[in-house]
Amino acid sequence: MEYRCSLGSITYNFPDLKTLMAKATPFRSGDALAELAAQSAEERVAAQMTLADLPLTAFLSESVIPYEDDEVTRLIVDTHDAIAFAPVKSMTVGGFREWLLSDYATSERLTALAPGLTPEMVAAVSKIMRLQDLIVVAAKCSVITKFRDTIGLKGTLSTRIQPNHPVDDPRGIAASLLDGLLMGGGDAVLGINPATDSPESCITLLKMLDELRERLAIPTQICILAHVTTTIQAIDRGAPVDLVFQSVGGTEAVNRSFGVSLSLLEEAHSAGLSLNRGTMGNNVMYFETGQGSALSANAHHGVDQQTIEARAYAVARRFSPLLVNTVVGFIGPEYLFDGKQITRAGLEDHFCGKLLGLPMGCDVCYTNHAEADQDDMDALLTLLGVAGCSFIMGVPGADDIMLNYQSTSFHDALYVRQALGKRPAPEFEAWLQNAGVMDEQGRIVSDTQELKGLSEPFRRALTAI
Amino acid sequence: MAEQLEPEIVNQMPVTLPPWSGLRRFTDARIALGRAGIGLPTDAHLEFQLAHARARDAVYSNMDVAALTESMIALDLTVLRAQSAAMNRREYLMRPDKGRRLNDESRLTMDRQPGTGYDLVFVVADGLSATAINQNIAPFLTVLLPDLNSAGWRIGPTVMVEQGRVAIGDEIAHLLNAEIVVVMIGERPGLSSPDSLGCYLTYCPNPGITTDADRNCLSNIRPRGMSYTDAAARLLYLLTESRRRSLSGVSLKDETGLLPDRTSQALECADNRNRRD
Repeated sequence: MEYRCSLGSITYNFPDLKTLMAKATPFRSGDALAELAAQSAEERVAAQMTLADLPLTAFLSESVIPYEDDEVTRLIVDTHDAIAFAPVKSMTVGGFREWLLSDYATSERLTALAPGLTPEMVAAVSKIMRLQDLIVVAAKCSVITKFRDTIGLKGTLSTRIQPNHPVDDPRGIAASLLDGLLMGGGDAVLGINPATDSPESCITLLKMLDELRERLAIPTQICILAHVTTTIQAIDRGAPVDLVFQSVGGTEAVNRSFGVSLSLLEEAHSAGLSLNRGTMGNNVMYFETGQGSALSANAHHGVDQQTIEARAYAVARRFSPLLVNTVVGFIGPEYLFDGKQITRAGLEDHFCGKLLGLPMGCDVCYTNHAEADQDDMDALLTLLGVAGCSFIMGVPGADDIMLNYQSTSFHDALYVRQALGKRPAPEFEAWLQNAGVMDEQGRIVSDTQELKGLSEPFRRALTAI
Repeated sequence: MAEQLEPEIVNQMPVTLPPWSGLRRFTDARIALGRAGIGLPTDAHLEFQLAHARARDAVYSNMDVAALTESMIALDLTVLRAQSAAMNRREYLMRPDKGRRLNDESRLTMDRQPGTGYDLVFVVADGLSATAINQNIAPFLTVLLPDLNSAGWRIGPTVMVEQGRVAIGDEIAHLLNAEIVVVMIGERPGLSSPDSLGCYLTYCPNPGITTDADRNCLSNIRPRGMSYTDAAARLLYLLTESRRRSLSGVSLKDETGLLPDRTSQALECADNRNRRD
């Protein structure tokens, strides 16, 4: 369907929904690279005005990628919950924005609405929102998931310890891991990006992590972020797999470039569930996403990168994940050029994911060829904290020596907890206190009296490395 | 009042140093940094800033064309200069496609070259770190060339490209009628490696059709990474095998213990951003 907007003497034409969505997107380099971005600032606002007048039901009659061509579209259409959608079905995108901001949109109502929303509806409304809108609405969303602890409770902020090492050296990994635990991190997951994606090395690392977790009785989960097929093999060989990881995207073609499909993810999900290792709950999947991945795989079908990213959340939602992480600044400046673009993308992704009912975290990060620095990361981290982000990364000194990029550090997590009054997951917080890492006010005490305040297993782990 | 306060402040120790600093011997990661409140101690903070500053400077550095040319001529190489279609660094960063193509003038320069073809041409491109080129090219070529010369390789002119990405070598090799191209390029700087050189070998490249799967990559060539001797041995092996088997890329990778392990290949092939799984 064609869309039109007249402003003064100029009429802007948008031949279809995906073009309208792309032109309405706040500027980012990836859309310009794909030649999808608005040609002028006015054209962008014309598209936003047109989008604001569009009924939400339009997204149920027109797909940005045809149903026949793409299994992600089929998933979105086939699993849409019309009953959940009913309360907002007569709204336009602009009216939906106002409703979301209003007091009618309570936490309970937003939770009930989630299955009735499609990624495209959520992406559309995000395109006509300012940062404060994205923050205040996301902060109202409540998404709680469980495995050995509880992620996403109001007032909490969890962290993944990411103790990567360039050659997967077990002692190097253990050193970073212990440093992270002693700084109060790790309640989201202890998760390693392996340098080598083979079942053997994956199993070796899993055993090491699991042994440490058991020895210290840590109420958290472990994960090796290997390809899903590697993890399935590890499960088949009896390895201690808590969470099954996979990078996913918002089109069938980009998922193919990642070597996955919905049926393979289904298989992986079942394999993860079969181990039944969760004590608090059984959310066993961990997904990572990020704007621009579809374009970089030439799998974007002329759809803007933010809309495709929201579609990735439909894939994630299918498998009830414990954690969904948008790795926002890793992709590089040809997709998100600078701190401004990274900041907006991080908040959009968090908002879209939360509104769709996902436990969203964010890898607040950048590469050295992006126009960004630590100040940009501090700003995004703070904004995400205010928005109620479920979890962030914890990388020693913010410097990942394996993946060669900068993320958030253990210190950064403590900063945002202190500045905004956030706490770790409750089960993990109790453990931190018992282990002698943190006091009841949430202050780090692991380093204040040599190692004397630490629990016996902790002291032994430090000397056994 | 002031007299009472002063000694108290002097006795306050704002930085807590962790008693587990011994763990540092197991990893280069920035662990056991200590803390001031929940913030970084000033030293650790400024060390990070310095590393980032060096990486940023590397991204915006320029090739020292005069010095590089001089050192290549001293090695009996002929040198040509070229420029990609990216006008400047900003365009280079935002438009990877332009960094993969020659501009019109450079294409003409290549086209006008005489010669009946070569076994091999080198392309030296700034990539994401001209610092890596300025620091590593001369010593690396000094180690590499004697072996190539004694093995009888017919080496074409070395093309020095500004604002270039890996795939620009395809067009250059095509225009110069070279069988194999080796692109030596500055890699995306890491926080502790602003000077990392990458080498990409492609057999019979075909502009627009050749993909990254058709290339072999040596990464992290620098004094504190893969040594020049090691890199030269590996590259010589790859070149010999590529010519003998008339191929490059994935199918060349798997069959030798001399080639780099997956780890060094995972470490950023400068032109090919992989996601993190």
